[in-house]
Amino acid sequence: MNIEIITSDLLNVATLIIMGVTGIAIARIRNLFAVVMLSGIYSLMGATLYVILDAVDVAFTEAAVGAGASTVLMIGTLALTSDREKATPNTHTIKGLFVCTLIFAALVYGSIDMPLYGDPSAPIHHHVVPRYLNDSTDEIGLPNVVTSVLASYRGYDTMGETFVIFTAAVGVITLIGRTRRRRKSDSAGEPKS
Amino acid sequence: MMHRKFLLRVVSKLLIPFILLFALYVQWHGDFGPGGGFQAGVIFASAFILYGLIYGLGTLRKALPSWLTRLLLSLGVLLYSGVGVVCMLMGSNFLDYYILSHTPNGGQHIGILLVEFGVGITVFAGIVTIFCAFAGRAAADVNPVDAPQIGPQTGGAGDD
Repeated sequence: MNIEIITSDLLNVATLIIMGVTGIAIARIRNLFAVVMLSGIYSLMGATLYVILDAVDVAFTEAAVGAGASTVLMIGTLALTSDREKATPNTHTIKGLFVCTLIFAALVYGSIDMPLYGDPSAPIHHHVVPRYLNDSTDEIGLPNVVTSVLASYRGYDTMGETFVIFTAAVGVITLIGRTRRRRKSDSAGEPKS
Repeated sequence: MMHRKFLLRVVSKLLIPFILLFALYVQWHGDFGPGGGFQAGVIFASAFILYGLIYGLGTLRKALPSWLTRLLLSLGVLLYSGVGVVCMLMGSNFLDYYILSHTPNGGQHIGILLVEFGVGITVFAGIVTIFCAFAGRAAADVNPVDAPQIGPQTGGAGDD
């Protein structure tokens, strides 16, 4: 048991360090192709962290969307723009540092009031969670509580999320999916959005 | 161009059926293990994105025309909200699945399966649509004449 806690702590720390290093590298590197690859690695490490936290469903989504689909989309975007970031002159460094420190201090101050990680007496574990964990097998009848919550207890939220994806795709079609029809109006065939 | 990507073509042809099968497993097994409509949709879409990356956007659009992805995009959302409306018509609340079968748990099971399938369809169509929009735009900017034929990095691979 003790060994398990130590291993999980070590894994947590190692994953977070790798994520921190990746984040700093993303901020400093000017080659955007490398930045896209690093953000894919960042997402994979995030997925690892979710697995350690036993949130397998979230890890699944993070690996599929963050490391997979969005990396491909970012590379597609690089093909549209440039793959090098323009160097910006270092004029507002002191002001920026001040604002960042201020926001960081405010966030740390805000986090002092939050319950400790894994605290069983935290309010979030006493609102609806006991009912989900104890009664969902009788009320819904599914072994996976996450699916019960997502699709049944919180069905409205999931419907909203589906509409968000629908709207996002419609937005992309309207913004960049139809430009070629005007440019090649004489060529036969449907617009390949 | 063909022989340069020979390995990629062979490997992707071997991989794509298994990716599709895994996506279907994640879709229909989401109530017993991790996964569900969202993850399944993304994995299903990633198989088609792989196909588009290797064989070119034109080939992908032959297998999956844009009218089909647009239809599926709205079909998934309609299926989700349709289940809710059917629940209402049968005398229950919106998205309250108990009424869908004679046992409450059976109704929940049917409702969740249908709703997750709706999510999966919309996510799949959405990801493929967004990928094709970006890839098609990139191809049009690089080479406007051959625009519909090439993918983002495949450079004229679509015409064989």
